[in-house]
Amino acid sequence: MRSAATAQGVLHAHHHSEDGLVFSIIGPLDSNTTGQAWRTALHIQQQANPRRLIVDAARLTYCDGAGAALLRELCRRQSRRHGTYEIRSLDPAYQALLDLYERSEGQNPEPATPAASPVEQIGRATVMLGNDIVDLIAFVGELCAALGRAVRHPGLVRWRDALLTAELAGVNALPIVALLGFLLGLIMAFQSAIPMRQFGADLYVANLIGLSMLRELGPLLTAIILAGRSGSSFAAELGTMKVTEELDALTTMGVEPVGFLVVPRVIAAVAMTPLLAVWAGVFGLIGGAVVMLSLGFPLVTYMIQVQSAVTVGDMIGGLGKSFVFGIVVAAIGCLRGLQTKNGASAVGESTTRAVVSGLVLITIVDGVFAVIFYYLGI
Amino acid sequence: MEQSDRTPIIQVTHVTAAYNGTVLLDDLSFDIYPGEVFVILGRSGSGKSTLLKQMIGLHRPVRGSILIEGEDIVTAEGQERLELLIKIGVMYQEGALFGSMNLLENVRLPLEEYTDLPDDAIDTIALMKLQLVELGSAAYKLPDEISGGMRKRAAIARAMALDPRVLFLDEPSAGLDPITSAELDQLIVSLARNLRITFVIVTHELPSIETIADRVIMLDDHTKKIIAQGKPNALRDHSDNPCVRAFFNREAAATVSEAERQSPHGAS
Repeated sequence: MRSAATAQGVLHAHHHSEDGLVFSIIGPLDSNTTGQAWRTALHIQQQANPRRLIVDAARLTYCDGAGAALLRELCRRQSRRHGTYEIRSLDPAYQALLDLYERSEGQNPEPATPAASPVEQIGRATVMLGNDIVDLIAFVGELCAALGRAVRHPGLVRWRDALLTAELAGVNALPIVALLGFLLGLIMAFQSAIPMRQFGADLYVANLIGLSMLRELGPLLTAIILAGRSGSSFAAELGTMKVTEELDALTTMGVEPVGFLVVPRVIAAVAMTPLLAVWAGVFGLIGGAVVMLSLGFPLVTYMIQVQSAVTVGDMIGGLGKSFVFGIVVAAIGCLRGLQTKNGASAVGESTTRAVVSGLVLITIVDGVFAVIFYYLGI
Repeated sequence: MEQSDRTPIIQVTHVTAAYNGTVLLDDLSFDIYPGEVFVILGRSGSGKSTLLKQMIGLHRPVRGSILIEGEDIVTAEGQERLELLIKIGVMYQEGALFGSMNLLENVRLPLEEYTDLPDDAIDTIALMKLQLVELGSAAYKLPDEISGGMRKRAAIARAMALDPRVLFLDEPSAGLDPITSAELDQLIVSLARNLRITFVIVTHELPSIETIADRVIMLDDHTKKIIAQGKPNALRDHSDNPCVRAFFNREAAATVSEAERQSPHGAS
């Protein structure tokens, strides 16, 4: 009788001339020991390619799901290559475990839905974009109708919600808007002062700060902060309500979600954004003043220079812009919330979409305003 | 069952739990034996889920100890705690499957974290567990794409990934239709009998209790104590506590008169 033995952990392999390949298992076959036994056993089985495989389980002390999986896998591979298979002296309790797993076999996994081809993906994306635009147009219509109703019947607007949102989106944003406005003014003044000084034009840093902060960057900065702070929170809030079926509950009560939830938020955002833009502008000017003072200009010079550079038209232009930014950011945040699908990741996705769409729309609206202002000569 | 001569797998002794000064569980003590299906009963607000959370180590009791195979889950830290957690599996009420992973990946996760098994072994084991709960064909589906009953079964498969000694199930039949619920009960009984897994189940589904429970305890929503303990049929028919009988016979609490109540605080 020829016998060559290999021992790896709990698994001991012997090659017998009459019996074929014999695996003796000595000790427990659990999730700690099975890892090594798995690699060894399948490797030896692959190499030896025995017609007959015997697993001697007389000294098996414990067998859990992992062990059972190994025994089943050995058996499966053996039958795939048309060999025979036998487990000897297995404890009846573990045999029952194996039988249990064997009974439930046969339900093979249905293949996962294959990834779509590039053409299909482009098609889907296009359709989705089209649907999104239709949704957007429908939403704008609904919102306008709801706002119209709100103007005709102000008593129907949920003013408590509007005030609460105004506090969250407006008052609570004051510190961050002030900080960013101040730093933006400071950095811009400092960066521009150095090259302008070479031409003796450093006094005009005041014009630059005044015009850019009040007309362009103040409203833009405010809108970006609004998109990040409030657009996302509107989307998350309405998205969660969608997931928990609160929106369906409103609809079945005969209450339009747009009038009930979106209108107060849009009103609050529209009321707050211009104020925040002014606030950002003031702090931008303060930031500029710090740099100008450090360059040796008296404060009064800076103020007169700013006054002479900035016209009422610039101020009104900036305020008008931030008014529109407020509507756009609040409305798109709410729309993304209402569009939320089901599932745990859906709310996060809506939030992201709200911020991204908000930023894109801010940029587009800003561009449109630039063109309009150019033709109007403001 | 010959329980008296066996050592309990879980020993709960003098556990008191409180939150913000409100007592949620008052001095509970009971033992659970290997291989039994142990059901925790009680009306809503009686602290069933709180008790479960103490037993799986999510919350700590104010007083008392909870021994699982002799180790206290309340005080265990670090490696000791991890080893204890491997011995238990938990199915949460809504399944708590990870939404971004398909069922197979959900079941694979504990195996990947805790064992050094090769990848194909993990796949085989995970698929076996899914087949055991008859979800083999749905292995590559996302939790979103399957029904509530399937999600619960998948959650049981995940809880069983590491072959725990004890499975804790939080309201397994809540929100399921009677047929699915009965199938789930069958699965639980089969796992308990064949794999000798101990089940600790929180539920208030009467039909389910009578099919699966070896032993029950009932918590009271007023006293926050255990008011009954024993086999479900015995409690239903012979309990001397009217609240327990009312619970098992689905009677409204109003039919239990104030004088009959044994709780010192009475109904509010």
